Amino acid sequence: MTGATVELVGVTKSYGAHQALAGIDLTIAPGEFIALLGPSGCGKTTALRALSGLERIDTGRIVIDGQDVVDVPTNRRDIGMVFQSYSLFPHMTVTENVEFGLRMRRVEKSERRVRALESLEMVGLDKHAERFAHQLSGGQQQRVALARALVTRPRVLLLDEPLSALDAKVRVSLRDQIRRIQTDLGITTLFVTHDQEEALAVADRVAVMREGRIEQIGTPEQLYVTPSTPFVADFVGLSNRLPGELVDGQVSVAGSVLDQLGERIPDGPVTALVRPEDVAFASAGVPATVVASSFLGSLRRTQVRLADGNLLAVQHDVSDRYETGASVFVKLKGSAVSVSPR
Amino acid sequence: MNVGAEPGKVTRVVILAVVGLVFALPILAMVEFTFRAGLSGDHTLDHWTGLFTEDAARTYRGLFQAIGNSFVLAAVTVGIVVVILLPTMILVHLQFPRLRRVLEFICIIPITVPAIVLVVGLAPVYAIVVKVLGGATWTLAFAYGITVLPYAYRAIQSNLDAVDLRTLSEAARTLSAGWLRVLWFVLLPNLRRGVLAAAFISVAVVLGEFTIASILNRRNLQTALLQVSQSDPWVATIFALLALLLAFVLLLSIGRLGRDRKNQ
Repeated sequence: MTGATVELVGVTKSYGAHQALAGIDLTIAPGEFIALLGPSGCGKTTALRALSGLERIDTGRIVIDGQDVVDVPTNRRDIGMVFQSYSLFPHMTVTENVEFGLRMRRVEKSERRVRALESLEMVGLDKHAERFAHQLSGGQQQRVALARALVTRPRVLLLDEPLSALDAKVRVSLRDQIRRIQTDLGITTLFVTHDQEEALAVADRVAVMREGRIEQIGTPEQLYVTPSTPFVADFVGLSNRLPGELVDGQVSVAGSVLDQLGERIPDGPVTALVRPEDVAFASAGVPATVVASSFLGSLRRTQVRLADGNLLAVQHDVSDRYETGASVFVKLKGSAVSVSPR
Repeated sequence: MNVGAEPGKVTRVVILAVVGLVFALPILAMVEFTFRAGLSGDHTLDHWTGLFTEDAARTYRGLFQAIGNSFVLAAVTVGIVVVILLPTMILVHLQFPRLRRVLEFICIIPITVPAIVLVVGLAPVYAIVVKVLGGATWTLAFAYGITVLPYAYRAIQSNLDAVDLRTLSEAARTLSAGWLRVLWFVLLPNLRRGVLAAAFISVAVVLGEFTIASILNRRNLQTALLQVSQSDPWVATIFALLALLLAFVLLLSIGRLGRDRKNQ
């Protein structure tokens, strides 16, 4: 079964004076994997819960496969959801947990069993079928939760920060597993996270949210290379903040003149957001002093202090080493940058 | 020396022994009393065997009837807890968390109001209850439903706090379960321990209640015991002991039955 088209049109939601969703417009293609990315309190979880029906919306439309579901209760929306906190039913075995959705849909017992085991096999936990939740690790519990959400083959899969309680290694492997299963099943998926690395790694498109709005939506590459706002540039990936001067779409910063990304803003003093990989060490250029250097496995990031006191992170090959206190020259590579008025 | 940690083994044993003694002495004294033969100081089994003679059933008919009344009262009271208090608490917990303090306050009130004061307030209410439902003993359970509130509330609330019912019920709803089935398949099984504890504590409280029944002129175990004790203090003591034993058994079963399947 292929996934459904999901549309959120002008969705708003307020809690008292706080506007959690300030008009969200989002269209998800069948089988697409969209990540909602943003800092805590930006409304990403509210958007997901609105889609699930667990949260009522104030205005707007939520359309799944052409059907407006705003007044359809959660249990009739045909969705699957994995929660941030462990949500396995503690009084049921793993199999009973996975069977639950089928049981609620009055699927016959023997068929339930077969389908539950299939679903468990998919997440590699069929050997643990008779255990209880408290006998599983956190990562295993979330995999069971995923199997449980998928066993009914729902039209939409909703993932509410399912990895945030897990440790780094498990997080990466489960993240990849989720993506693989999602691709195999072709299920439309909305994934909420505050971890930009996670969002960039798994999603077809990422929607960056800020204060109840979608700031920018695009492929991970688009967001990273051509952020449309300084907020996106700052939130997605790592950026140096350097003072510059904007004149007619050109930014003078650290001895270079660069193109400006995103919407035009009035000329004047600005803060430019420069990626560490867009800075290089050179034999001549802007003089700087090495402050610290960190080994990041396949690459190295070295922090230098410019003459005006600003700190700048430079990403470079792991074989180049710079001693703390050494005098060096750095040069911007010339990529276009995001700016915000200073 | 460990500061701020739990007391050492010796201290624990001493505390337990002293407290245990305070509780055990009156009970042991009661047991001993049931074997006394009048004021002579001799001991006899007559008071116990007397209960199993043929005319005992006739002699103590009132007492047996009162025990029956008390059991009916206990059952109806538990019914009130399960049908009214439990759903209210679940609803407040999941849908109206801001009302939790209010509900807690209301449920704690009965413990601060002496039974005698409660009865003064209840007497005119019962004048109406009798008109509407008749004067049957079971109607007393309405009053008992109030007196057990603090205990039942605590038992259920501690269970509510221990399980993330919100996430569990949301998970169940995304899995196509409507509210009734969420309640039956997910909430109740996870509240089993709290509900059982509330039920047993309610039973224990109802079996020991005297003031309200006495003042509203109803016959329950305790009022009947008082009456019997005026003619035969030994039998009254024997029944008091048996009631105590029943309460113990009930409280111990909380731990047994409340144990989840996953921990067996």
